[in-house]
Amino acid sequence: METYKIYSITSVVLFAIGLGGLFLAKHFLRKIIATIIMGGGVFLCLVSFADRDSLSYADPVPHALVITGIVVAVTAAAFALSLARRIHKFSGEETFTDEK
Amino acid sequence: MINFPTSSFPALLVALPIFLAILSLIFRINRRAIIGLWGSFLIGILALVSFIEVIQKGTVIHILGGWEPPLGILLRMDPLSAVFIGLTATIGVFISLYTWWYFRAREASKGRFPLFWPLWFFLWAGLNGLFLSNDLFNLYVTIEIITICAVGLAVLSGEKNALKSGLRYLLAAIAGSMAYLFGVALIYGSTGTLDLEHLSEVLKPGKTTNFALIIITLGLMIKKAAFPFHFWLPPAHSAALAPVSALLSALVVKGAFYMMLRLWTEVFEVSLTFAAGQLIGIAGAAAVLWGSWQALLQTNFKLLVAHSSVAQMGYLLMMFPLLIIAPGISSDSANWLSPAWTAGIFQVISHAFAKSSLFLSAGIIIMALGHDRIESLRDLVAWMPMTAMAIGIAGVSLIGLPPSGGFMAKWMLLKGVFLSGQWWWAPAILLGSLLTAGYVFMLLRLAFAPSREINHFRSVPKSLQICALILALGSFLIVIPAENLIQFLEGSESFGSGIQSIVKGGRYGNE
Repeated sequence: METYKIYSITSVVLFAIGLGGLFLAKHFLRKIIATIIMGGGVFLCLVSFADRDSLSYADPVPHALVITGIVVAVTAAAFALSLARRIHKFSGEETFTDEK
Repeated sequence: MINFPTSSFPALLVALPIFLAILSLIFRINRRAIIGLWGSFLIGILALVSFIEVIQKGTVIHILGGWEPPLGILLRMDPLSAVFIGLTATIGVFISLYTWWYFRAREASKGRFPLFWPLWFFLWAGLNGLFLSNDLFNLYVTIEIITICAVGLAVLSGEKNALKSGLRYLLAAIAGSMAYLFGVALIYGSTGTLDLEHLSEVLKPGKTTNFALIIITLGLMIKKAAFPFHFWLPPAHSAALAPVSALLSALVVKGAFYMMLRLWTEVFEVSLTFAAGQLIGIAGAAAVLWGSWQALLQTNFKLLVAHSSVAQMGYLLMMFPLLIIAPGISSDSANWLSPAWTAGIFQVISHAFAKSSLFLSAGIIIMALGHDRIESLRDLVAWMPMTAMAIGIAGVSLIGLPPSGGFMAKWMLLKGVFLSGQWWWAPAILLGSLLTAGYVFMLLRLAFAPSREINHFRSVPKSLQICALILALGSFLIVIPAENLIQFLEGSESFGSGIQSIVKGGRYGNE
């Protein structure tokens, strides 16, 4: 039960770091990395639920969900990166606010 | 859930758009538009046929690959989802028609956006999938498909403003979906199931459920641009191409609303309190007032319409506090539930028609003028009477003047508000209508005002103007079958049902 708690707390902390980073960071790259950290927290939480008391084996459903989730997260992050790169190429801007 | 008649239409409604999207990717750019146009007609016909199927048989289901839940995926099409799918198809066909002429009209100078059609079909598949889903994770996947396609469409023009607002939209949406997924993880951890039907039976009230409810609701509120999280919507919707703005405003934000409606009425009954409903209602009222006020201050037509979207989505949120009923009262005796549901559904439909018409008109005006500053709308009535008429009719529906669909929605909302005794929402609804009237009449006043220049409008194909006008008329025509539509919707299990709130601290609220 102790390891379970460690996973839960870690996932919440990761999620909070990601959420904070998304709002506080200015640079596009930092914002995108923050969303990836958020995703990491959620996936850790989800995959730690595979160890269920009622089952003698690892529950396969969370693994399937996490794999799907990772695919979606990678796609979204790649898309966001390519957008950020295009913005930088056009205007040299790296943040949403106009002043450097 | 297994007892319902099986039908293959739910699976086809998702598969056909995906097939068309892949097919259009294979072909060269010239052929894509043809596939796009005929493909959208095909999906429209399919949606119509499946709508008729639901009218005849009631709720139908499809079990994918014969794998029954909880292992497999079950698609459910009840009257409520049939209405949303039908709405998507109706708006979708008209926007496809408009897009076809729109790209042909601007072909010479600016290119034809080859990725529009595949992205639009993937988006359509995602929307249909969302309306048919019956488990939490399926909803997550479909809303992610919708988000990524929507952002892809929003940045299609490749201009700096569109890219920046697209990235902002994408980041906000990723945060929203991560929050939603976190809630799903917690629910799966505490119950071991994702099926909505099953969850409503096994979900127990408690701290985990409360936290999951809060975080899922917050995630969905980011996705549908509810009041404190609306910051991404106006720039993203106004910087996109005209048909894309219409799609985003009319259909994409409705997806998250549908999800929230389903989850609140079917899954989270066990942990909803009176205060939770009030909180959502306050966010809605704030969105109505703030969005309408901001719309009044805009000087660009598209930004005005986008801010008005924030406001009109606020009306949808104000339906939620009415759905929550005191413990011990049965849904049948609470006579305000039916008006509240009618208001919600009609607000969705009439806003979808009116807003897509306004954005398509904005596209026509940009094509005619080269920009969309409001003060150059002068003399619009003389030179483009059809577009002026479309703007007027759609605007009247947004204000909520009879006999438009918007009037029906706002009237029923007011009726629900007074029947339930929650009178404090009425000023926000009325003031919102007044502000809406302010910005619509500001547009119309300019449209009728004489201009010093002689015909500064370039000619725009009539077909584009007809599309916008038909959509605007649609927001009036939906009132005609209103009674039948409500009767049909009552076949859906959740329509007209209330949420029995739990007692917290010995008080329900307004007793």
